[in-house]
Amino acid sequence: MLGKLSWAAIPFDQPIPLGAAALVGVVIIGVLAWITLKGWLPYLWQEWITSVDHKRIGIMYILLAMVMLLRGFIDAIMMRSQQALAFHSGGYLPPEHYDQIFSAHGTLMIFFVAMPFMIGLMNLVMPLQLGVRDVAFPTLNSVSLWLTATGALLVNISLVVGEFARTGWLPFPPLSEITYSPGVGVDYYLWSLQISGVGTLLTGVNFVTTVLKIHAPGMTYMRMPVFCWTTLATNLLIVAAFPILTATLAMLLLDRYLGFHFFTNEAGGNMMMFMNLIWAWGHPEVYILILPAFGIFSEVISTFSGKSLFGYRSMVMATMAICLLSFTVWLHHFFTMGAGADVNAIFGIASAIIAVPTGVKIFNWLFTMYGGRVVYATPILWSLGFMVTFVIGGVTGVLLAVPPADFVLHNSLFLVAHFHNVIIGGVLFGAFAGYSFWFPKAFGFRLHEGLGKAAFWCWFVGFYVAFVPLYMLGLMGMTRRMQHYDVAAWHPWLLIAAGGAVLILAGIILQIAQLAVSIRRREELRDVTGDPWNGRSLEWSTSSPPPAFNFAVLPLVAGRDAYWAIKQRARQRGKLGEEPRYTAIEMPRNSPTGFVCAFFASFMGFALIWHIWWMVALAALGAYATFVVFAWRDRVEYLIPADEVARIDRANREARGEALIHAEAAS
Amino acid sequence: MSTFEAAAGGGNLNRTGHEESWDRRIPAEHTDGGLMSKRIIVGYGFWIFLLSDIIMFSAFFASYAVLVGATAGGPSGRDLFNLRNVAIETACLLLSSFTCGLASVGARTRRESWFYGAMTVTCILGAAFLYIEVHEFVGMVARGAGPTRSAFLSAFFTLVGCHGVHVTAGLLWLLTMMAQVFAKGFRADILRRILCFGLFWHTLDIIWVAIFTVVYLMGAGQ
Repeated sequence: MLGKLSWAAIPFDQPIPLGAAALVGVVIIGVLAWITLKGWLPYLWQEWITSVDHKRIGIMYILLAMVMLLRGFIDAIMMRSQQALAFHSGGYLPPEHYDQIFSAHGTLMIFFVAMPFMIGLMNLVMPLQLGVRDVAFPTLNSVSLWLTATGALLVNISLVVGEFARTGWLPFPPLSEITYSPGVGVDYYLWSLQISGVGTLLTGVNFVTTVLKIHAPGMTYMRMPVFCWTTLATNLLIVAAFPILTATLAMLLLDRYLGFHFFTNEAGGNMMMFMNLIWAWGHPEVYILILPAFGIFSEVISTFSGKSLFGYRSMVMATMAICLLSFTVWLHHFFTMGAGADVNAIFGIASAIIAVPTGVKIFNWLFTMYGGRVVYATPILWSLGFMVTFVIGGVTGVLLAVPPADFVLHNSLFLVAHFHNVIIGGVLFGAFAGYSFWFPKAFGFRLHEGLGKAAFWCWFVGFYVAFVPLYMLGLMGMTRRMQHYDVAAWHPWLLIAAGGAVLILAGIILQIAQLAVSIRRREELRDVTGDPWNGRSLEWSTSSPPPAFNFAVLPLVAGRDAYWAIKQRARQRGKLGEEPRYTAIEMPRNSPTGFVCAFFASFMGFALIWHIWWMVALAALGAYATFVVFAWRDRVEYLIPADEVARIDRANREARGEALIHAEAAS
Repeated sequence: MSTFEAAAGGGNLNRTGHEESWDRRIPAEHTDGGLMSKRIIVGYGFWIFLLSDIIMFSAFFASYAVLVGATAGGPSGRDLFNLRNVAIETACLLLSSFTCGLASVGARTRRESWFYGAMTVTCILGAAFLYIEVHEFVGMVARGAGPTRSAFLSAFFTLVGCHGVHVTAGLLWLLTMMAQVFAKGFRADILRRILCFGLFWHTLDIIWVAIFTVVYLMGAGQ
């Protein structure tokens, strides 16, 4: 009746996961009870859960990423403390638990923190920067969000029901085959990624179409802000790379569920094919993560330097070059496979070449700041921290791209330090820069500056304290994923690394405090004009938070830095442009399709993991029925009357007019 | 979907609404503030999706190419493939693409009889294709040449089976579209879905031509 599921699946004998799960359970039930008692459930359902508004979907993506960041960081703290303690002892985490923790940490951080954070920011900002009212397919956008949430849910369910994979964040066969991993851990991994992968692919389709086909009048490709370009490049990579992941994981699933022989030891299976396939997705994936961050830094650095971006064309070229080159370097993840000197040399050179467009970008940012009056607000601190840290990470990456060096450093802590260096120093710093930069746009008030800066310094210093020791340890020969060790020389470095993790913890606590303090003091942090940073692109030309329709009248774009030009004109004339003629606006109606689909997908995933076949069939039927019901609806849009549009826009114009007068009086 | 909808002056959907005249309005929509018509955006987005689907197939093709020789002492394509059946299969699928095109013409000119007739023939041809494929699979499994026999057979069943699953989904979609036209008429949004369905069905043909060549012709000739 319930397949492989029984009471034995719940780890009653392991206090750590059970305690953690109980805590999470209490928090979830508490939040739900609070929401219900306050009567917020209808509001949440109507305005958020069923929302197809790209801004709200973006905010929910980011919320998901932040919650998962906490979970993934708890895993990180556990690993650091385990390795700090496990000198000549077993530490406090038994191997089978420790293996699950590093697997879950990597999976969560890449798929459910970095990805949703970036997709959330793209959702929030990209349509606003293009000067349009929504993405190409708003309901599909909501489906993507909720399928991603389903994936995250399944990973977290594995904490209490059953177990998670012990195979690392990429399940290399033959270890991940049913012979060596007979439990449900790998199945949790596979199904949660398959389901959230569908969501990511749909996002890719949606955003490529949006950037290429939907623009405000006059917004030609070469006038788009760089963040839109990096969004395009990222989503092209998603469309081109995620299907490979889907196919690869499907092959592993067939091996595990139906006894196929893609990657097995026997009957002709080829496990190195898994390496090739997974990294043909995996290397573009790291550029999927970092390219949007490059876009964020471009916007932040140009805004806070008060200058338009240096070398816009070369920035666009570099972005698209990285987009292409990212598909030519995958083999550097397994130089040690033994493909031979020629193959390794080609991929080594290709990997070094990809550093060139990245270097172009770094110089462009430096020259953007040169001669500008840089305002040291929190977003630019993250950007500067990124430039220093990322260059170091890039250099160690080029070092790893040299095959002979890689033979020494392969799978050592040097590698672990390298990819944390580029992912924390690049992606995460980018995400935090974007978070503090666009927070006022999303909510109408700024984040507390002092706490934000303190959080940055904790993260920045904490990162170096935590990861420079790992570089050292890698050079000293320590491999990754060690549950215990007996080398005395390693122990002090691992103690320092644990200290770094504590510093990062302080940074995270400060960020939570920053959010809480900012919400409490929101009146004094209020942004009335919609343009708190003296911005340059179109998202700052509408109110904060923007109305559902984003722009009362679609802006006319005549060049790059579209909003900057509008502001310059207004300043020269000493008044705002003429009030436009308002017309009624049609917007897509909210739809529960995404949520209902994800509801069925969650059951389907869970049932597949535990071999509950009747539930699989039922959930598949439910998902199909949801699509049919969606396809059958007759009213897909609602009308916002012209009066309402005028009322909302006039309020914002008034605030902007006052700000203009103040600016004149000040100058 | 609102921006361009506003530009196109469209609204909610009714059976005889003015939005139906999309095919004559395309030139005007292009000039309207740089915004594209919904039809172009939906078609474009669906093309992007189809490209991603083709990439997924390319991964299966690649794995097939790697594993084609890994027969582990079991049968190879030469022992298993019956080119006569595959030729009939191919004829069914290619013909169904032609009738699918006729259905699109029927929808475009709003001739219900053309549309229903051509869709029915498409459905029958697609079902015949599936029947032959399933028959082939069952026969192979019965001969002890199932997907668990060797890596080659795993790759074969996955590549060809994945195409078969797509055809099955296509048939489900086809029937849904017939029901939609029956219930709602040739509404603008339904015409867009028919456009997407047509693209999907023709893409399956393209993939089949590659399977026919790489798997069956090259396999039987080895």
